[in-house]
Parts: sequence; C-alpha cells; structure tokens
Amino acid sequence: MPLYSDTVMDHFQHPRNVGKMEDADGIGEVGNAVCGDIMRMYIKVRDGIITDVSFITFGCGSAIASSSMATEMIKGKPIEEALELSNKAVAQALDGLPAHKLHCSVLAEEAVRAAVKDYYDKNNIAYDPAVFGCDMACAHEHDHTPTEE
Amino acid sequence: MYVYADNAATTAVSPKALEAMLPYFSEVYGNASSLHSPGQRAAEGLQRARETVAKAINADFKEIYFTGCGSEADNQAILSGAALGARKGKKHIVSTAFEHHAVLHTLEKLKKQGYEVTLLDVHENGVVTPDDVAAAIRDDTALVTIMMVNNEIGTVQPIADIAKVCRERGVLFHTDAVQAVGHIPVDVKALDVDMLSMAAHKFHGPKGVGALYARKGVPLVNVIEGGQQERGKRGGTENIAGIVGMAAALEEATADLDKDMAYVTGLREKLIEGLSKIPHSRLNGDREKRVPGTVNFCFEGIEGESLLLLLDARGIAASSGSACTSGSLDPSHVLLALGLPHEIAHGSLRLSIDRMNTEAEIDHIIESVPQVVDYLRGMSPVWDELERGLTPHLI
Repeated sequence: MPLYSDTVMDHFQHPRNVGKMEDADGIGEVGNAVCGDIMRMYIKVRDGIITDVSFITFGCGSAIASSSMATEMIKGKPIEEALELSNKAVAQALDGLPAHKLHCSVLAEEAVRAAVKDYYDKNNIAYDPAVFGCDMACAHEHDHTPTEE
Repeated sequence: MYVYADNAATTAVSPKALEAMLPYFSEVYGNASSLHSPGQRAAEGLQRARETVAKAINADFKEIYFTGCGSEADNQAILSGAALGARKGKKHIVSTAFEHHAVLHTLEKLKKQGYEVTLLDVHENGVVTPDDVAAAIRDDTALVTIMMVNNEIGTVQPIADIAKVCRERGVLFHTDAVQAVGHIPVDVKALDVDMLSMAAHKFHGPKGVGALYARKGVPLVNVIEGGQQERGKRGGTENIAGIVGMAAALEEATADLDKDMAYVTGLREKLIEGLSKIPHSRLNGDREKRVPGTVNFCFEGIEGESLLLLLDARGIAASSGSACTSGSLDPSHVLLALGLPHEIAHGSLRLSIDRMNTEAEIDHIIESVPQVVDYLRGMSPVWDELERGLTPHLI
C-alpha cells in the first residue's frame, strides 16, 4: 500500500494556492525547522470574507498537501468558518494521512488560525484570546492528539 | 528513464545470481543435513558457496557462517564478543556514534545487561581515527565494533589500522562490512579483523541471506538455537538457494573489482561535481575516504521527504535521512553524529550508485535534482528567510 492517498499525492505534486502574497492582510507561521516542518499562510480579507489565500511550506509531502488542502477549504469563506477548520477535516479531505503524519494537518489548522489572529491584531479587531489558546510553537508538542482516519 | 540510485538500501539480484539460484528451489531441493542423494546435492551446493564466499574475502571456508541477514551477523558478532569478554570480567565495548542500528540497538540491549559502551565521535568528515580507538580501549574492553563503510554517507574507515590497535591491546575486533563487501577490496587477513559481517542483497545477491566471518578460534554464541547447521552456530535449515545466490553475486562483484571501482568512482565524481553547483549545498562525509558509489548531500531550506517524492515522480529512486523518512521526529543519527544541525540534516539526499548505473543516468540525476531543489526552495519559508537575510545561511 502506498504511503499516501491519491488526494495527498495530487495536492503535494500540484499544490493549490502556493506562493508568497505581497499584500496580505494576515500572515501566520507555525512549526519550526528543527522539527522539520514550517507553514506560512497568507490571507486577504474583505468584509469578513477570506477572498484570497496562499501558503509556502517547508516540510514533507503531507505537510505541503495539508497546506494546499487547507487553503482550498477556507478560500471564499467567512473568517468565523475558517476558524472552525479542524485538523481532522483537513485530514479527512485528503482521504486520510498516515498516523505519524497527522501532525501535518494540525499544523495546517494552526497556520490558518495564526493568519487570522495576525489579521485581527493588525486591524485592532477585538477577539476572545481563548479562541487562540495555544502558542503554536511546535505542533509535535501539542496536545491535540488526533486519531487516524 | 527510471534511475535506481538507492543501491545502498538494496540492489537487484543479478541475472547470474538468479540463474545460479533457480535450480535450488525445485530441482536441488534436498535438506543439506539429509544423508540421501538429494540432500547431498544440496550440501555440495552449500559447500561450494561457502568456499566461494570465503575465497572472495581471503578466509578459510570454515570461518564462514551463513545467517539470515547482515543484521543477524552483526548481532551474533557483538553478542559473541560480549559473552567472551564477560567470562574474563570484561564488560566494556567500543563502537561509534554512526553505526547501523543492527549494531547500535544490540549495544543498547547489552547496556541493559550491565555492559558499558563508549561511542566514538566520528568527526565532521565521518572518519574515526585509530588514535580515537586506542584512547577509548580500557583494561576491561571486551570488544571493538566499527563499520567499514558508513551506509548513509559512504565514508571508509581505516579498518586495518584500527584492527592493528585492537590486536596490540588484545581486544577482539568486529567490523560491519555490509556496505563494503563487493564494492571495495575486503581481505580479512590483510585487515586482520576477528569478525566481519556482510549481506548478499547489497551486492546484487538476494535478500534474506548474510554471512559472518569469524576467525578460527573466535567462539561464537548462538542467536538462533537449533540443529547442527553452520557448525552448530546457527540453527535452522539453510537457505541454500539464497546462499548459492550470494556466492554467485559475490564472485561476480569481485571478479573485476578494480575496473568496476574505477568506473563507479568516475560516475560518482561527475555526480558530486554536478550537485555541488547547487548553491548552499554540502557534500557529507570526507571528500576522498569514501566508497565509490555513495554520495550524500544536504540542501539548505528544503526537506528530504518531499525531495524524494518529487525525484521519484521524475524517475529517480534515492533516499534521505530526514525525520519524515526515518519515521521519527529526529533526522538521521549519522548526520547528527557529523555535527549537522537538525534543520540541515532534514534536507539530506543519499544517492547510491554501482556498476549497474550508466553515465546517462547520472546526467538525468544532475539535471533533475537542481530543478526539484529550486522548486521546493521556491515554496519554502525557511529558504525565504535565508534569502531575505533574516536567518544566516549555515552552509
């Protein structure tokens, strides 16, 4: 059995919304190079809607695929909906990830939230800090232990 | 074109080895321990193979013990050295930080049984010095075990000089020569080693068969208890087809070794030259003291698994020491032992070629790797920060 699903391989080999965004309204970066994966997510926001999104990622195939899938899932969506994006939903949309790669989907969820937080901070938009409870330092050390899909 | 450049992982069984093996599955199927003629024909095949393997490394056939793999040979050699030492009250073992896990995990097991283990530094160039070994040997040292060729970076260790140090100090010496046999000259008498491990599938023989050379007089302990096979030191009906295939492959690999080494070294030099042109890349391991076919590079700002997958899609099979490919959170212990930081070690690529590879294949690698590295750097936040001067380049 191959390591990755066809969907993961498709998003890895043909990543959607990849690249830097010069005029982003919010930028979120999570992970660290010592652990072996870093995701940076850019969002553009108009009237509470994420009108554009892009990413750049240093990491394995599943990290790149998770980033790509996450951008597709939040593009054109209201910010509130983007904040509800779960790592589980990302992994499901990718037709599953190997157990030892699930942290990649956690990183994708966190990258989206970090970008939104940055947008809120830059625009002095009030929010409940509890929404961004974790410090997003390194996904491996996080407590959301997802189960295999 | 699909280029197989992962020969340090395993190789294809050569047509000659396959041809030699085939009769032993269905025609010469007797048990070599049986007295009847089918059994005796199998025993003859086994004996011829033993003599061939012995000759290839300048050993006596009575010093060759066939095993199920190189790892088993490593296990048996180390456990034997440890047991022999313990009988004399010696429970210290010297090895290196970048051995294969077949060695390191066996040493871990022994540590739990009260042995002390000293793992030598392998320096930035991945070569241990005989002086390091001499300094580490103590009065209670039972065994020194140091690999002949490192499997990830391909550096060749000064085995003859290390063996000399061990002999002078009266310490048993084992070398894991799994990546050496069939690729560089291995003469157990010239090297003066006590034990040496090898594996057939690293030199175009079949998987599932290895051998341990143990100099006459070195008492082995069993890893597998059973019948009287392998002079009572390895129970279990012999894998005759595999053993015959191993012998045929080794005979073929060593027949024209000098010529093959010159050819593979030429390809390797071209490969190193081509990949060195990639900015912020680094050849891992000593530039000169290396086996002909193994090349290991780190490329800053990218991660190894994505590099491997994209190379596979472009028709190149390679391997990496990144955490994602090792299945753990840490990158390769070999690259870390060289002193490389994690973020650099994650971006490693091992290409291992041999006499079966062609120059056109090397050209394909040299053309493809820079393109894939560029592409991945283009979407890497790590590379972005390096290029903008936010973090300093490490290589």
